[in-house]
Amino acid sequence: MIGYIIRRIAQAAGVVVGVTAVTFGLEHLIPGSLAKAILGPRASRPEIAAFNRANGLGRPVIEQYLTFLGRLARGDLGYSYRLNQSVDSLVVHQLPNDLVLVGSALVLALAIAIPVGMAQATHRNRATDHLATAAAFTLYSMPSYWLAILLIAGLSTGLHIFPPEAPQASTVGGLLADPRALVLPVLTLTLINIALFSRYMRSAAIGTLAEDYVRVARAKGLPDRLVLSRHVLRNSLISVTTLVGLSIPAVLTAGLIVEYVFNVPGVGLTYYTAAVNSDYPVELGITVLAGIVTVLGNLLADVAYAVLDPRVRYD
Amino acid sequence: MTDAVRADRAARTRVPRAFMGHRLGLAGLAVIVALALFCFLGPAIYHTDQIHTNIQLTNLPPGQGRPLGTDSNGYDILGRLMIGGRGSLEIGLAVAVLATAIGVVWGAVAGFTGGLADAVMMRVVDIVLAIPAIFLLIYLSTVFRPTILLLIVVISLLSWLAPARLVRGEALSLRTREFIDAVRVMGGRRSRIIVRHLVPNTFGTIVVSATFQVADAIILLATLSFLGFGLPPPAATWGGMLSQGTTYLLDGYWWEVYPAGLIIMLTVVAFNFAGDALRDSLDARLRPP
Repeated sequence: MIGYIIRRIAQAAGVVVGVTAVTFGLEHLIPGSLAKAILGPRASRPEIAAFNRANGLGRPVIEQYLTFLGRLARGDLGYSYRLNQSVDSLVVHQLPNDLVLVGSALVLALAIAIPVGMAQATHRNRATDHLATAAAFTLYSMPSYWLAILLIAGLSTGLHIFPPEAPQASTVGGLLADPRALVLPVLTLTLINIALFSRYMRSAAIGTLAEDYVRVARAKGLPDRLVLSRHVLRNSLISVTTLVGLSIPAVLTAGLIVEYVFNVPGVGLTYYTAAVNSDYPVELGITVLAGIVTVLGNLLADVAYAVLDPRVRYD
Repeated sequence: MTDAVRADRAARTRVPRAFMGHRLGLAGLAVIVALALFCFLGPAIYHTDQIHTNIQLTNLPPGQGRPLGTDSNGYDILGRLMIGGRGSLEIGLAVAVLATAIGVVWGAVAGFTGGLADAVMMRVVDIVLAIPAIFLLIYLSTVFRPTILLLIVVISLLSWLAPARLVRGEALSLRTREFIDAVRVMGGRRSRIIVRHLVPNTFGTIVVSATFQVADAIILLATLSFLGFGLPPPAATWGGMLSQGTTYLLDGYWWEVYPAGLIIMLTVVAFNFAGDALRDSLDARLRPP
């Protein structure tokens, strides 16, 4: 298994290098001169020359790419001339807010989706299962902003229970100081994730319930509660782990949209603002980061799968 | 009529019959047909001006002559839904065709060739799949001015990965089958095997995946326009209408919010139902009668 994990890490590293190559290519896709695109149309000739020299734009492309890769390896995601700040300091500043938002939504969603999926599997094809499937399907087909708008219309402008905007604080402490304003963004993300995960959990549990070892556990007289918690739940969670790892791009996308709709001060909103202002270095820095997070998520899910399930042989 | 002919005919009608028996799938298909008529025939019957803004007609509630009211530019909302739907359906269908075509060729070549070529081609898929599509799409639409053609090409270049993986999986198992060996023994070239024998056998997978691709492309497109990076004004987009209407949520102009949101959801659900039904009925073909 150690061999498998090493091979898997090497593969992930390869994909990360590929992601950086794509981003580097995207940067050079900008029509006209990169200096003018980043410094603005009113940049003077010496400024452009200085920019080109500082970024090595006169050197061969391969050399430029290696420099770019070297910078990334040191955690340098680029520099925003518009904000006069490095992209990594911008991101590091806001990442805790995203962890609070996305993290709490993920934990809540798993805490709800796992029991719901289990209940659906044990009550398969009965009214409750159909009801939960219909609810999950409706949520799943909703674009996340549409769900967010419906929640704002119902719970905020309609019933005036929660404010329609996230707390406008730049730190986690400030964000948590106004928990009522955090409810709608977290609720939106949680509902979207529940729709994803409860489907995974239902089909995983249905698969596990059909296994021989579940029948054996029942045959030897183990109470139903213990069969479900010790055998069905634990085995179903193994495949759910992988699927949660694979759903990271969807979670990041939903995060971007929810931050935009509720004005949550996080990396997603920073990306949006950068896109509105054509602040390319910020856009590309965050894109590369999203790619790396996705690759790491997939890697962790695969490694967890190998560790959790000793039956799987990787040779 | 010999038994073989009868069995062949039964097998051929089994897929349409299974589809007709799938109530949700039929409902999805009916909605798709209705939407197509609404968007492409509708404007011929229900004439509205969707180019010139009219300050005297802004934010009017539904009433005589304007069943869904007007928006903050004075555009008639029902008429705008029709025009906006054209772009969504055209781009959605074109992306499904183009992305599926790229994916099928890529996946079939990778799966059939195997070895190093397969490994390299699949790592390319992993790389593009690792970057969330919406981030790339927003970046590209800030660098280039979006047009329908550009959006079709770019969304396709981000959407061919799923069909590529599916077709590669099937190609891996198909290439060891006897009929492929038979072509090879008779001197058929690689290109012939892939085009004439391998790809036709993945037809079911391809059609189902293309149906889901339409839904995914429409969602992606609506998200892009909702965030304001879609087709520039005065082009009508469902996502743009929803985003503009949301501004007036507090004023109670519900007719500017709900029609656009509901029609996006309806379209996506319809294509997903149709895809589900297609998958089930193609499974029915594989089952013995």
